[in-house]
Amino acid sequence: MQEIQIVDIRKLTETIKSKYGYDFTNYAMSSFKRRVSRVLELYKFPNIETLITRISDDKAFFEDFVTEITVNVTEMFRDPPFWRELRDKILPNIMLNHNKITIWHAGCSSGEEVYSMAIMLKEMGILDNCRIIATDIDHEILEKAKEGIYPAKNMELNEKNYFRYRSSGQLADYYEVKNGKAYMDRSLVKDVSYRKHDLVNGIVFNKFDIVLCRNVMIYFNQTLQNEVLKKLHESIFKYGYLAIGSKESLIWCEIANRFIVVNNEEKIYKKIRE
Amino acid sequence: MKFAKLNNTYKAIVVGGSAGSFQGITRILSSLPSDFPLPVIMCLHRLKHVREGFTEALSIKSVKPVIEPHDKESVKKGNFYLAPANYHLSVELGNTFALSTEEMVNNSRPSIDITLESSAYVFKDKLIGILLSGANKDGAIGMQKIKDRGGLTIIQEPAECMIDTMPAAAKAITEIDYTLKIDEIIVFLNQLYKYYR
Repeated sequence: MQEIQIVDIRKLTETIKSKYGYDFTNYAMSSFKRRVSRVLELYKFPNIETLITRISDDKAFFEDFVTEITVNVTEMFRDPPFWRELRDKILPNIMLNHNKITIWHAGCSSGEEVYSMAIMLKEMGILDNCRIIATDIDHEILEKAKEGIYPAKNMELNEKNYFRYRSSGQLADYYEVKNGKAYMDRSLVKDVSYRKHDLVNGIVFNKFDIVLCRNVMIYFNQTLQNEVLKKLHESIFKYGYLAIGSKESLIWCEIANRFIVVNNEEKIYKKIRE
Repeated sequence: MKFAKLNNTYKAIVVGGSAGSFQGITRILSSLPSDFPLPVIMCLHRLKHVREGFTEALSIKSVKPVIEPHDKESVKKGNFYLAPANYHLSVELGNTFALSTEEMVNNSRPSIDITLESSAYVFKDKLIGILLSGANKDGAIGMQKIKDRGGLTIIQEPAECMIDTMPAAAKAITEIDYTLKIDEIIVFLNQLYKYYR
């Protein structure tokens, strides 16, 4: 296949922006290009012009495009030491000061992280004290997150992570396998509010004690990362926490100095300045 | 040994390796001058869910510590980089690293193709790609892209590889400039080094 040129990518993002209001202009180029290339292959489009035409003519197709372009690879208890840190240090610390905890999963994808959170909180006996909001740009993936039905083969990895998280419980207690699918216990997330929200154009809608935005901003360039971090910062109470992916860093962001590092291995930050 | 294609215009070296490559890469990293001038960007297949240990193991004999770059970190001259576990590693225009959690490619995350291809895009003919022992075809397309963009391609001598599927797959689809044993790769890199002094 012919190489996608940056000028083609620009045409594509301009079309999407003017037609639908979504702004992919400042997505990280290397991965965005791969995503577009993937869509071309998936739909057997001969070139990017065909894709651009189809997007501008067909709103339903555009929604599918958003689903394909966003990366929805996730797992339960990804980075087990991160979850141990939350359980053993961060949450107890918040509980010292107040009884109610608000949590935002920014870019929740298919919801594995939300289930991990709910399981952890339940085992800590504080699930009912927590208000969880989970958002994603992709409407379709939010439906999946709400359903909590995953391929059974994924559970092997999730089980491994959970084991390394070192809990006294059993992950198997929270799901049932039927016909090759794992059905999560939906009572875990009955109070979770799932909402469609775009980190790039969306408003600041609430304040939280903890925001999890792990492996989301890696798909943005530095300009967009700066903007999104400002919104995340506004969405966190003073002395609240922000968690990003284990190989992300805030140090190149403009407002990095409004946070301090609480755990550098797990990339947990604390907001110290408004 | 004489290598005709040596000069001081190269800006980076990318290395791909999988099963059977650990010893070779360790020997290379321990045999380079400590002021080696180019960034060495390695994408080696590794256990997906074990974050610790691998970088440390590679660093033990290396002439300088191996770094797992963060997303958006700049590619610096002379540093040795390794793709972190469970992330794809790309190089972006502007010479920064980009990480991603996209689907596995060739059953791998990190995928060598992704690292090689994105590096080829950024460094063009200023890139040297080295592909070592391995049991799948990851890296073959990446080597092809390096060649397409005018870079230099080196594979480990298949006879020396514990498993030669990977270098053989690259050789099957693209022109390989040099087929070398690990010792010869070391000679090559040390000769290259002299052009930068």
